[in-house]
Amino acid sequence: MYPSRFRYEAPATIEEVIDLLHDGGGEAKVLAGGQSLIPLMKLRFAAPELVVDINRLAGLDYHRVDPDGSIHVGALCRHADLERSVLLSSKQPTMAEAAPLIADPIVRTRGTLVGSLCHADPQGDWAAVVTALGGYVVAQGRDGRRTIPVDEFVSGPFQNVLAYDEIVVEAVIPPPTGTVAGGYLKLERRVGDFATAGSAVALELSGDVVLRAGIALTGVGASTINATNSAAVLTGRALTSEVIGEAADLAAVAAQPKSDHRGSAEYKRHLVRTFVERILTRVTETQQRAA
Amino acid sequence: MTSLYEEIADGPGEGVPVRRVMITVNGERRTADVEPRLLLAHLLRQGLKLTGTHTGCDTSNCGACTVLFDGKPIKSCTMLAAQADGHEVTTIEGLASASELHPIQEGFKDEHGLQCGFCTPGMMLAAKALLDENPDPDEDEVRWALSGNLCRCTGYQNIVKSVLWAAKKMHADTPADGN
Ligand SMILES: Cc1cc2nc3c(=O)[nH]c(=O)nc-3n(C[C@H](O)[C@H](O)[C@H](O)COP(=O)(O)OP(=O)(O)OC[C@H]3O[C@@H](n4cnc5c(N)ncnc54)[C@H](O)[C@@H]3O)c2cc1C
Ligand code: FES
Ligand code: FES
Repeated sequence: MYPSRFRYEAPATIEEVIDLLHDGGGEAKVLAGGQSLIPLMKLRFAAPELVVDINRLAGLDYHRVDPDGSIHVGALCRHADLERSVLLSSKQPTMAEAAPLIADPIVRTRGTLVGSLCHADPQGDWAAVVTALGGYVVAQGRDGRRTIPVDEFVSGPFQNVLAYDEIVVEAVIPPPTGTVAGGYLKLERRVGDFATAGSAVALELSGDVVLRAGIALTGVGASTINATNSAAVLTGRALTSEVIGEAADLAAVAAQPKSDHRGSAEYKRHLVRTFVERILTRVTETQQRAA
Repeated sequence: MTSLYEEIADGPGEGVPVRRVMITVNGERRTADVEPRLLLAHLLRQGLKLTGTHTGCDTSNCGACTVLFDGKPIKSCTMLAAQADGHEVTTIEGLASASELHPIQEGFKDEHGLQCGFCTPGMMLAAKALLDENPDPDEDEVRWALSGNLCRCTGYQNIVKSVLWAAKKMHADTPADGN
């Protein structure tokens, strides 16, 4: 299969991208890694009149930690860059654990974290990870830049709140207070399949007390689920097995899975519960080893 | 080179400008006039007659169309030909030199890494990308690197052995003194 006809532009500056999107009047699409957009265009589920390729923009392929501890991921930073990132493996365990679980190695060469957030697939892994981390995106349009928290950015399945002439230039994880811990677990039927269910857990700790917690779920609802009640029971407490059990139960309650070819709703709920429990238990094991 | 729309029976679009792209394919500079919607896989197969690049699915799943793009493995069915302008592409035809098989090809021959051969070009290029990055992978690393490439025949065992064979052979061929 091949896409229907479109005009193609590959400008060298963000300003040109925004002007083209503006002139496209809602019929234009940004092309980043292309690993969601091109498959959709091949099947003609998407048929934009104009494709604005951002791959020729310089200086957007970064991911870095700023002196304040915030993590910045540029619009052209690929899944593969994050998978190989020494920076993430030392500073951000939830992102580090998720990166190799996105799609397959060849898709990861091209696909981007920011593109994945923009695509807003309820089954997309990065949206859950960035939600758990309390992250936001920086969008740029004709009137300059604005920041949008990820849980407001995704407005529904395959929908985000960008204006038609805005692009996301980077995703940001705010600076942590305390020690960072957490992880991402996902069940997939085989490599390259989307999640049957996935759980992202992000913690900031002072000693063994949780200062901040974020828990978000992949593939168990019409969009990424921010399990705020589950996270709330962790805040201000130590990770005893009781507290862990409570949080895991509440995460399972927050899930809204549907039975499908990947499994029954009940099974998916069970997965969410198990994953949250496992990640939190792993954190306590690491604490004990360190003590 | 002429523009090409054999598979796309409705011909180049009216009003959609055809773009001239220059791509270095297997070390040779090639130019082509492409409609934006032409996929890189189609340019390689129909336009440049490099039919070693296979297309096995419509859903970007199978990896049969894997080529190296600036040295990294990509699915050529999931990139527009226009995006390759100014870049380097290596297809399976670029793996062997005129008279000699690449060690990865020797490995697949020696360890029976293929049956029907449909997945093989993609497998070999994914393997090449792995060995370029990690010349001494263990079995798990090989399986991981090839996990985006589907094979419906072999059950993968011999493919993994073939890549490990190639890694060993490439080591043996690279003497420590660098000659
Ligand atoms: C076989 C296969 C398996 C996959 N498995 C998984 C998986 O398990 N988990 C998972 O999370 N994902 C999976 N994906 C999707 C993959 O992660 C994509 O890379 C990702 O969803 C989209 O990122 P992209 O850079 O490729 O975006 P594109 O495909 O280029 O774009 C996607 C959408 O976002 C918009 N967009 C992109 N960048 C911007 C920007 N900077 N500003 C504004 N809009 C933008 C585009 O206009 C488009 O609508 C899979 C894909 C394939 C082909
Ligand atoms: S042809 Fe199947 S992934 Fe490209
Ligand atoms: S050898 Fe037939 S698909 Fe792999």
